[in-house]
Amino acid sequence: MTEKRLLLGDEAIALGALHAGLSGVYAYPGTPSTEITEFIQNDPAARADGVRSRWCTNEKTAMEAALGMSYAGKRALVCMKHVGMNVCADAFVNAAVTGVNGGLVVLAADDPSMHSSQNEQDSRFYGQFAMVPVLEPSDQQEAYDMMSYAFDLSERLREPVLVRIVTRLAHSRAAVAVGEGRAQNPLSPDRDPGRWVLLPAIARRQYAALVGKQEAFLAESLASPFNRLPAAVAPADLGVVAAGIGYNYVKETAPEGVPVLKVSQFPLPEAQVRALAAACRRILVVEDGQPFVETGVKGLLDARYPVLGRLTGDLPRTGELTPDNVAAAFGKRNIPAFAPAKHLAPRPPQLCQGCGHRDVYTALGKVLEGFPDARVFGDIGCYTLGALPPFRAIDSCVDMGASITMAKGAADAGVRPAIAVIGDSTFTHSGMTGLLDAVNDGSAITVILSDNLTTAMTGGQDSAGTHKFEAICLALGVAREHLHVVEPLPRNREEITRILREEIAYEGVSVIIPQRECMQTLRRKMRNQKKEEA
Amino acid sequence: MKTDIKLSGVGGQGILSIATVIGEAATRAGLHLKQAEVHGMSQRGGDVQSDLRLSTEEIHSDQIPLGGADLIVSMEPMEALRYLPWLAADGCVVTSSKPFVNIPDYPDRDALLAELDALPQVVRCDIEQEALALHAPKSANMVLLGMAARRLKILSPDDLRAAIRSVFFRKGEKVVEDNLKAFDCGYESVQ
Repeated sequence: MTEKRLLLGDEAIALGALHAGLSGVYAYPGTPSTEITEFIQNDPAARADGVRSRWCTNEKTAMEAALGMSYAGKRALVCMKHVGMNVCADAFVNAAVTGVNGGLVVLAADDPSMHSSQNEQDSRFYGQFAMVPVLEPSDQQEAYDMMSYAFDLSERLREPVLVRIVTRLAHSRAAVAVGEGRAQNPLSPDRDPGRWVLLPAIARRQYAALVGKQEAFLAESLASPFNRLPAAVAPADLGVVAAGIGYNYVKETAPEGVPVLKVSQFPLPEAQVRALAAACRRILVVEDGQPFVETGVKGLLDARYPVLGRLTGDLPRTGELTPDNVAAAFGKRNIPAFAPAKHLAPRPPQLCQGCGHRDVYTALGKVLEGFPDARVFGDIGCYTLGALPPFRAIDSCVDMGASITMAKGAADAGVRPAIAVIGDSTFTHSGMTGLLDAVNDGSAITVILSDNLTTAMTGGQDSAGTHKFEAICLALGVAREHLHVVEPLPRNREEITRILREEIAYEGVSVIIPQRECMQTLRRKMRNQKKEEA
Repeated sequence: MKTDIKLSGVGGQGILSIATVIGEAATRAGLHLKQAEVHGMSQRGGDVQSDLRLSTEEIHSDQIPLGGADLIVSMEPMEALRYLPWLAADGCVVTSSKPFVNIPDYPDRDALLAELDALPQVVRCDIEQEALALHAPKSANMVLLGMAARRLKILSPDDLRAAIRSVFFRKGEKVVEDNLKAFDCGYESVQ
């Protein structure tokens, strides 16, 4: 039986995975992937079936745990935003070498145009790098349908499968026809250490086996129901290769009769690309993200064959696809009827009123008035907004955990004071190891571990280290007398500024933990409490 | 038949509830629907927008093309103006007229409203005031939806009322009634 449900792309992925007999999802929150895990956490059937869904500390622990579940014979899903692929790359690439037992699907949600990210890297390159099949749904229905397909493919090929989506699919809703679920796999741990112990002798054999599987992956792509080329391509001037969500913009804007090769499974179906090229004088590649398909298509064809796309400027080199830039690639201009308004000002996001990070930055700003050479190394989270007016409080924000380690390097080079500002969830994600380095080296840094008891930026998910931060810092070797917990409230500003001044003067590692619950999660809790009382 | 709507406002003003109600109504009416939302960073008091596309035919792109929106429905007047390049030549702006000022360089209010009023088709109203007068201060967004419903030919007001009932059902009868009252008030305020 099928029914229609209105689902976000993320929710379609989640439900598709559940219906594929998922036993566990492993993830660290990150826009635009967060709603996948949240859907599974809130799904009553998943709860009843004991599908494992608690948040992980970071993407690497998530990937490894999922691989372990796959080793045990069950189906596991790993979800993350694109930059999470950098964090788990070690485990991901090696999982391709060991291969899998139960189906293992890795979902990367890319963010072209950087709506909520610090770069727009394209995860499909990671799939190619690890030499595993990649799926890229074009719409919400395919996102749902592809999950069962992906788990089956993973088990058939005994390899992880990467599913790549983009923001506009993840966060767009459409009606999806959904079917019935399948049971979870039984427990059946792999018994072959010859696959899983990657000593050089075994790894060489396994790697050769992975290389040997590439032809089978290509055959799967050619036979894939998600890759489509019309049976007979009539000769044409222009043909189109449309990848993933790019297919929608092509359907919306391409002139009638233009032959289109729809690609949603990689490796690139070479024979179909060649067939299209044989019928057309030129090929336009429409894909969201970096020129992954475009370079692939160019590599397959004669060097003089014209391949148009992001590298030739027919589509913009940066930013996401829009119906407008795709129309322009077909020589059509979507012309606005109205000019941009005259009375308009940017309205950037900002820290909530009453947020503890505000008190932290106000106190820090006050203290640093006397230190023109001070540098503040920021990190990833709501508190990155401290870079904007009125605070202008941080000098850097690069990647998860880089506040502590960059402050350390700068302090090692002689910067004084060198201050790191990091949130609680980011600290457990990737900050702890850097703090250990700083302690071992005796680096002169002051770490402000701004703890709001949640992963706030992505909407208030549980934070892995809540109520454990003092213990963690002490265990890593931070001296008791240089570890302070304060409550960031206006009435405590004098105490906080005093502590900051003293610790900045200390030539070693200090950690100050301003601790106060996020306004958003606090408000939600109070609302729920009221509801329960009513 | 198709209708493309740009929904806009400031994070926390409730534009996603409007989108949810229209989405529910469209689903009940058997229409095709795509609704692109903004989550994450932009919710913290920044500008937010959602593209809502309804059609009797299949819809492909999740995003509305430039010059393609039949309606801009906005919880805030400057946020309505932000999306003018997307408004179709015969498109209509339905907006709250009350500025939400959380930035230091907010434009001159009179000039802003004059620019809005110079558009060929615009419906504006202080929806927060209307909601207060109805003793339903949290339902300003449904006043706005009621105003927009007059221009939303693809859905009947009864479709939308039924959707309000079902979307807010879990929040209790009082919330449902407040929202219906607000919707009707908005609907009646526009000819």
